[in-house]
Amino acid sequence: MTLRRKLEEKIFRVLSALFTLIVVLVLVHIIWSIVEKGMSSLSWQMISQEPKGGFYFGKEGGILNAIAGSFYLAVAATVLAFVISLPVALFMNIYLIKYQRLLISIRFFLDVLWGVPSIVYGAFGFTLMMYFGLRNSLGAATLTVAAMIAPIMIRAMDEVLKTIPIGLQEAAYALGSTKTETAYKVFFREALPGFATAILLAFGRGIGDAASVLFTAGYTDYIPRSFGEPTATLPLAIFFQLGSPIEEVQNRAYAAAIVLTFIVLCISVAARLLYRLRKN
Amino acid sequence: MQTTTPIFKTNHVERETKLHAVAMEVPIVDIQNLNVSARKTQILKNINIIIPKNSITVLLGPSGCGKTTLLKCLNRLTDLYSDLHLTGSIKIDGDDILNTKIDITHIRQKMGLLLQKPYPLPMSIYENIAYGLRLKGIRKRSVISEKVEKHLKEVALWDEVKDRLKSSAQKLSIGQQQRLCLARGLAVEPEIILADEPTSALDPISSRVIEEEFLKLRNDYTIIHVTHILRQARRLADYVVFMYYGEIVEYGPADEIFETPKPDILKEYMKVGH
Ligand SMILES: Nc1ncnc2c1ncn2[C@@H]1O[C@H](COP(=O)(O)OP(=O)(O)O)[C@@H](O)[C@H]1O
Ligand SMILES: [Mg+2]
Repeated sequence: MTLRRKLEEKIFRVLSALFTLIVVLVLVHIIWSIVEKGMSSLSWQMISQEPKGGFYFGKEGGILNAIAGSFYLAVAATVLAFVISLPVALFMNIYLIKYQRLLISIRFFLDVLWGVPSIVYGAFGFTLMMYFGLRNSLGAATLTVAAMIAPIMIRAMDEVLKTIPIGLQEAAYALGSTKTETAYKVFFREALPGFATAILLAFGRGIGDAASVLFTAGYTDYIPRSFGEPTATLPLAIFFQLGSPIEEVQNRAYAAAIVLTFIVLCISVAARLLYRLRKN
Repeated sequence: MQTTTPIFKTNHVERETKLHAVAMEVPIVDIQNLNVSARKTQILKNINIIIPKNSITVLLGPSGCGKTTLLKCLNRLTDLYSDLHLTGSIKIDGDDILNTKIDITHIRQKMGLLLQKPYPLPMSIYENIAYGLRLKGIRKRSVISEKVEKHLKEVALWDEVKDRLKSSAQKLSIGQQQRLCLARGLAVEPEIILADEPTSALDPISSRVIEEEFLKLRNDYTIIHVTHILRQARRLADYVVFMYYGEIVEYGPADEIFETPKPDILKEYMKVGH
């Protein structure tokens, strides 16, 4: 190797290491400051109780309403998004396989939707809600979040389906499968381990997003019992408590952030485990 | 490409007579004036062949000459590629499959397919064979189990897998997978077997099983086997179709063709490939 190439190699390696370190440090710092401020307020009472009177002034109670609400919302939105995304992703990779140029446009369009800020979905959901005369509710928020995470799920599923070799499709047709049978009996199964990741990715985005539910979910101290009732969510619980001038309430916001971060972390770990388990 | 044209022309009359000699046999596939193009390039040029029933026809020729494309025309897997344009006619059992209203899935069920690499379905060994049977409307468990066993035995796989029929087919070795693919193709009871260099990814033992199986099957099935390996063609072929740059250069019974190769390009291929 010439000296120049050796030097090049060295500089590049040092730079990569440096940037990696910076990213890790920033992440650790964020998590650390959340934990530092929130740990003191984190308690069993906080995650097992609904807010009592005076909770928002630093008195008794917890954020079970927001934890449960976020779970209901994310699960419902993920299920809804899945029901929409699965046929779309399969349609793209089975029926539209002949039309590669059209596929490129569709993928580009979905990527744009993926990049649209969630507040836009929130505003869109709000407009729809007003149009149909609905009130702030778990149902309205579910629709909004589903609309937001569907493009993510479709593209993530699409990426999985794209890697399936055309030979498997040919093999399925050669046995006499129709397109629909090829899609749901062969491609679906082949892609299932990868789909788990797509689903959990969308779920993680759905449970953590505040802006999309700001105008549609409403807020309540109670756990919703139907889609017609308003619901609290963890991101909004953090948002509202952080706005309080009382320090104890602010610390509770950080504690809620710990809970949310923990949930999202569990989801990504589960996604990875599931993927590896299915692969072996 | 220009060099092949004269060869084709000088043999034209002879080729025609051979076409008639072969036509005396019961034809199962009759290809007339088949042209396949992808945008501006022509992949297959004016293909005219008759493939007789219950025999092995080998499509022989160098890589890129259009063997795979010709094979895929036969069960219309060419439908999957938007840039391929087909003209002419392909009759299978008298039905013109390029201009038909008959359901293409029924036509495909007449043909088993083996590809260069095995593609087991993402399910168990048992289900891989049961899948095609269910598509044919066979629902009875006992019938399915019986057929699974019969066809796994047929490809010498039964003893190796009988204790793990429920485990994933994708865990088998490549050679076992290819034999499973043959078994699942046979289970659908096709008339024709299309094989596209089915042994190219396999170990010698699995290759031999496939070849031996083909030799056994030739009395009951019409096998169309693609290869670029001359020795394999000699071992298997009843009829040979020699292709070069999208054209059929030589065509006829294997012994005739290999004993007295006429076109220069085939002589050269045989000399290099010995
Ligand atoms: N879908 C397609 N679009 C464009 N060109 C193709 C397509 N399929 C095959 N070809 C071209 O046709 C020629 C023949 O290919 P193929 O049938 O795979 O040859 P072989 O199987 O004899 O190696 C090659 O030059 C290949 O690039
Ligand atoms: Mg080929």
